[in-house]
Amino acid sequence: MAVVDTSTLLAPEPVVRPREASRRERWQRRLPLLPALIYIVIVTQIPFLVTLWYSFQNYFFDVPGGAHWAGLSNYKSVFTTAAFRSALWHSVIMTVTAVIVAMILGVLFALLLDRKFIGRGVVRTLIITPFLVMPAAAALVWAGPMLDPNFGLLNYLLQPFGVHHVAWLSTHALGSVIVVMIWQWTPFMMLIVLAGLQGQPADVLEAAKVDGAGALATFRELTFPFLRPYIELGILLGSIYLVNVFDQVRLMTNGGPGTATTNLPFYLYEQVNNAFDVGGAAAAGVITVILTIIVATFALRLFARVFQFEGASS
Amino acid sequence: MSALPLRTREPGPQRFRDMSVKVGWGIVAWVVGIAFFLPVLWMVLTAFKPESAAETWPPRFTFSPTLSQFRLVFSGWGPYVTHSVIATVGSTILVLLLGVPAAYALSVHPVKHWRDGLFFFISTKMLPIVAVIGPLYVIALKTHLLDSIWLLIILYTAMNLPLAIWLIRSFMLEVPSELLEASELDGAGRIREMTEVILPVISPGLVSTALICVIFAWNELFLALNLTVTNAATMPMFLISSVPQEGLYIAHLSAAATVASVPVILVGWIAQRSLVRGLSMGAIK
Repeated sequence: MAVVDTSTLLAPEPVVRPREASRRERWQRRLPLLPALIYIVIVTQIPFLVTLWYSFQNYFFDVPGGAHWAGLSNYKSVFTTAAFRSALWHSVIMTVTAVIVAMILGVLFALLLDRKFIGRGVVRTLIITPFLVMPAAAALVWAGPMLDPNFGLLNYLLQPFGVHHVAWLSTHALGSVIVVMIWQWTPFMMLIVLAGLQGQPADVLEAAKVDGAGALATFRELTFPFLRPYIELGILLGSIYLVNVFDQVRLMTNGGPGTATTNLPFYLYEQVNNAFDVGGAAAAGVITVILTIIVATFALRLFARVFQFEGASS
Repeated sequence: MSALPLRTREPGPQRFRDMSVKVGWGIVAWVVGIAFFLPVLWMVLTAFKPESAAETWPPRFTFSPTLSQFRLVFSGWGPYVTHSVIATVGSTILVLLLGVPAAYALSVHPVKHWRDGLFFFISTKMLPIVAVIGPLYVIALKTHLLDSIWLLIILYTAMNLPLAIWLIRSFMLEVPSELLEASELDGAGRIREMTEVILPVISPGLVSTALICVIFAWNELFLALNLTVTNAATMPMFLISSVPQEGLYIAHLSAAATVASVPVILVGWIAQRSLVRGLSMGAIK
């Protein structure tokens, strides 16, 4: 029940090193890995190379004649149009806000569920359900039955607070999309933090109680430091998925009003599907990948720190 | 004698206070749980409404339930659900076929650079698939895979394989080394070691790996929307098709959304315990 401590990763290699493996033995070890490795290289890396190539081409689906060399002009237009920058910015806001709020709620819910009460299992099941709802279904149900200005449930529930027929998706589009992202990802964060809480040694907490530490102090001094690797893990994994959010944007606001909710995935989708601009989309894609690599370099380092790395046997 | 009643009474209020604090937090937890579940409940409730009762102000909580929306959904979902099942099951099988040997080569008898291998796989999860969607479309077009179920199987396999390798590896590391040594002493080769020792031990782990893959493949929309039209359109696209340009559709949409979501919700409810481990790619046991 624990994200194992990081010391195993840093620990010195076992003293007994396997004898210099023979050529045959090396291939015997390598062979099972090859199918998956080759598969992943072909399916994930080749499209990136093709993307790189198209980013230097002028290629529109709707213009006959196919692709021809365009030099850096695609990159120039990506950097000079405000649309890409604005999409990048929306991606950052959406991801950061959703991840942070989902994590805060996740920690609070986990603390609630860590206590014993009647029907704990049922409440846990209720809370994880939003994560399991198909994102396309969640987006459409929020856009219609929940948020509709004329018959939506939310306006009805907020009526006592002076809210009257607010058209959430036109007046608070970005916020609405983020709310649905948070609703779907809070359970994920909660599950990870809850696993951490339940792995917390009970005797330490007991000792703190005997010493007369208050609940808040106990949380700050003991529980939070213990939970830290779990929180980092949740933020990391949540970001990987949330930065690619597309379904909610496409189905709730279609990127609008205007471009108010156009994030990078939706921007790239529009470039291909509406502007038929393969070259432009490819250049924007290459820049997205470069930015991702920068962020991912830090993320991978965090991964190595957070993850359990018990050495493989022999 | 007079001290005795005092002593026995003393824990009373204290226990009562502990009790009420406990009940109080329990009630808070229930309220939070129900509030969080409310949109799902509303979706299911709306699915049983006649269309005329779904778009009213104030929203109606009492109505005579009807199955007509579900009938409508089941009359139109045939091809979509077939494609979804094929893409989900097909890609999950392929993930396990590729993932089990790879995880083995990164754990039990590891290759020299097993750490680099693990990180290579996970790094492909971080590269955004959205960045390559245009070229992917062109590649699919030229290889005649556009709008084919094979394309989805191929891509969903690549999408889930890194996660599965990490997860299966974490299960393989738990196979007791005595078992492995015993089979080696018996003179069992690598294949027998796999089929007779490792696979039986990790089979529950493989089930939870498969469930995680099913969840992600079943729910995927972006690739399906961009690369399929009719021959391979999946359940998320069925949902989109249930929103017409005009007319009342809220009840019908809710029924379609309920039907599309129920399989994964059930899988997730049943597999709650292994959900955490799967989602954290084996980091949390």
